[in-house]
Amino acid sequence: MTSRDRILQTVKKNQPVYTEGPSEIKHTEPANALEKFKNVLVSIGGAVLEIQSLGEVKQFIEKTFPNVQHIISSVSQLPYTKVLQQSVVSPHDFKHIQIAILEGKFGVAENGAVWLTENAMLDRALPFICENLILIVPAIKIVPTLHEAYYLTDAEQYNFGTFIAGPSKTADIEQSLVLGAHGPKSLTVFLLH
Amino acid sequence: MSELNIERDHASLAEDFNKDEKRVNWHDKTLWFIREKRDKAAWQIPEWEQLREHASHIKNHVLANLYDYLLEFERKAKENGVIIHWAETPEEHNAIVQSILKKYHVNKIVKSKSMLTEECHLNKFLEQHGIEVVDTDLGERIVQLANEPPSHIVLPCIHWKKEEIGVLFHKHLRTPEGNADPQFLTHAARVHLREHFLTSKVAITGVNFAVAETGEFVVCTNEGNADLGAHLADVHIACMGIEKIIPKRKDLAVFLRLLARSATGQPITTYSSHFRKPRVGQEMHIVLLDNGRSKRLASDDFRNALKCIRCGACFNTCPVYRRSGGHSYHTAIAGPIGSILAPAWDIKKNSDLPFASTLCGSCSNVCPVKIDIHNQLYKWRQEIVRNGYVSTKKKVSMNFMELILSNPLLFTLSGWIGRKILTYLPFIVNNNFNPWYKQREMPIPPKESFRSWYQKNKQH
Amino acid sequence: MKIGLFIPCYVDQFYPQVAIATLQLLEKLRLNVHFPLAQTCCGQPMANSGFESLTSGCNLNFINSFEEYDYVVSPSGSCVLHIKDHLHFKGREQESENIKNKIFELTEFLTDVLKIENLSASFPYRVGLHQSCHGQRGLHLSQMSELVAPSFSKTEHLLKKVKGLELVALDRKDECCGFGGTFCVAEEAVSVKMGKDRVADHLIHNAEYITGNDMSCLMHLEGILKRQKSNVQVIHIAEILIAG
Repeated sequence: MTSRDRILQTVKKNQPVYTEGPSEIKHTEPANALEKFKNVLVSIGGAVLEIQSLGEVKQFIEKTFPNVQHIISSVSQLPYTKVLQQSVVSPHDFKHIQIAILEGKFGVAENGAVWLTENAMLDRALPFICENLILIVPAIKIVPTLHEAYYLTDAEQYNFGTFIAGPSKTADIEQSLVLGAHGPKSLTVFLLH
Repeated sequence: MSELNIERDHASLAEDFNKDEKRVNWHDKTLWFIREKRDKAAWQIPEWEQLREHASHIKNHVLANLYDYLLEFERKAKENGVIIHWAETPEEHNAIVQSILKKYHVNKIVKSKSMLTEECHLNKFLEQHGIEVVDTDLGERIVQLANEPPSHIVLPCIHWKKEEIGVLFHKHLRTPEGNADPQFLTHAARVHLREHFLTSKVAITGVNFAVAETGEFVVCTNEGNADLGAHLADVHIACMGIEKIIPKRKDLAVFLRLLARSATGQPITTYSSHFRKPRVGQEMHIVLLDNGRSKRLASDDFRNALKCIRCGACFNTCPVYRRSGGHSYHTAIAGPIGSILAPAWDIKKNSDLPFASTLCGSCSNVCPVKIDIHNQLYKWRQEIVRNGYVSTKKKVSMNFMELILSNPLLFTLSGWIGRKILTYLPFIVNNNFNPWYKQREMPIPPKESFRSWYQKNKQH
Repeated sequence: MKIGLFIPCYVDQFYPQVAIATLQLLEKLRLNVHFPLAQTCCGQPMANSGFESLTSGCNLNFINSFEEYDYVVSPSGSCVLHIKDHLHFKGREQESENIKNKIFELTEFLTDVLKIENLSASFPYRVGLHQSCHGQRGLHLSQMSELVAPSFSKTEHLLKKVKGLELVALDRKDECCGFGGTFCVAEEAVSVKMGKDRVADHLIHNAEYITGNDMSCLMHLEGILKRQKSNVQVIHIAEILIAG
């Protein structure tokens, strides 16, 4: 008998009977999801801007990061490269990326998180290894709570997906909040109308 | 408690911690601040209490159907191309990890926070076998450099002051002497650890939730260290206890709403990453550990502890934890939840921990999955005494107390002796000198007891 | 209505004035109150130390002492909670259940059973309320700060009816004082530190008295106050409700 079988047999023998019926959760939704999303995201260290066109993203980058060389973007309408070199051989090649611009599927109002999946990341490592992360999310795609978020992604086929809520952070040293722990030092979310 | 083979028990370690009262005040206030942040976050959600109830329900349901859910999870994860391992004991768990590392000939790994690997003492094991383990969570890296275990499951170095971290980093990371700025120190750690992320072929992470329906697992961090480690490595090993399973993806909404709010008062952790399939060219392993969990399922009294999602809220609210520090619990998981988990791992070694509580009940009230922690502490006390892990002196005094208190005649007739007995008994057992008096005055015994007043004045 | 007065063993021996105040308060409300002399202890000191197995003598004695009454009332949340949670005796299951349903902590009895609206008490001092955990979190005498739920407090409700009494606000309104039964000696260092912090919260808000529903917590706080040579005194809520 393998460890697997022994564990499973013990579980089967010992698991209790629980007869309580299914429990459903009724949840309240924020009155204005878009405003809530913006407020929460700013409160957790992110920046958020509402824009009418993608051109505003370029203007923002030129103004905020004037001397930045290594920008990578998955958004074809933006004048940035999709790949670093001709062929990226390993995720390590993204280590010099200063700004990554990616498309988020939707945002969650209650916690300021943006959902993105691997096919929108160029590489799994990119949203984490870049120094500054820019996410573009359609302004109409802000759901009130995580309940709607999971409802929305239920049938989605992805190999890797993540909620990103603000820049990478830590408060491990005396509870002092520091932005930019291991991942991006800044996160800007553009809500595209 | 020396006769119980506990080298230093909680009371004596806590006494040491209390020698520096200012530091205790600082420790207490820092953690209370987090408890207050948790309260504020909870109040943002009108249905907070129903959410806890629902989470508790899901966990109860999982425990009652764990066999089927484990099989479903295994099947789905295998379909996703993940390699599944089963370990009955910490030793087996560590051996599995080691065998994977051997295959890849690595002598270094990066590891993000995993209480399960703490439970298995994986770091020590791997280091004994010549493998360097780099903990990548900042707090964990700090205690690792200091050669200490974490003192809190969410805030591993909550007991460290920034000046001390400055000295530690000066020694290990060559930061300038005297610099204790958290921003600066965090940046220094970022640079130091980035190098390790880029040079490790294998990354180990914990697992917050594993979804039976899809075979995916979710890892939550604020720093992004689990993701950086996993996505940059050729091999990702995720270690989890068999109780981490939840039935469906939609259940994640419930747990992710509760987890970070309970832990730190954040609405969600910065990253909640859902790993379903390995990256192209990557190998992904999941190690499922039992270590007594399957046995505990049978116990109506103690099964509930398996619902824990490791948020640490019970630590922050515990008035004893805040004033005794994590290391006084001398176990991988400290605090109230540790005090009901540790005796199940080793009742003899941890027989003091269920007594390191006033049974105030605050822990059970903040628990996002409604574990009745304080009731389990009470039950563990009975279990410990039943198994004889109690000093003879305590046993003798308890028996004596029982004799007096269960015998009205003895109790009543004793009169002033009764007051004397009470001076020495209910609160003062098992001690050669009077610990009450050390820092407190004794109550002044009145001229007569109530019953004697009653007999004189009221009885007709 | 016949009421059995249950006086915790340490109150009987050390704080007879609290028992007298409780008795007088109930008699003032024209209730028929008896103190069964055979009562000793609820068994909590043994049970909380892991020796619940030794409490059957106490349990039997408790059942014999109180089964005949319509209500059992006690000036201690902690002892009442212990009875409610743990009273049992083989062969006397029904009596145990009956007692569990008819036992009340004093303030709970005044607000929930008697539903009293007026008190002719007067206590013109600044008073801090120490909410003992077993009364609060166990018997729900007041809302708990951990929960997202409407606030209420049976104890405060009564104190607000006392003429001249000024209730002081605390920074941590329901933090444990660190008494904890045998914890207070087994974990002396932490117990005392918890007690000192609780006392400090009351002192910083200029309380002249610290009151509460449980004399055990107050005894612990009193021990610390006296060691600090403070003029602040502890007083059981029954003594305030009968004052003036």
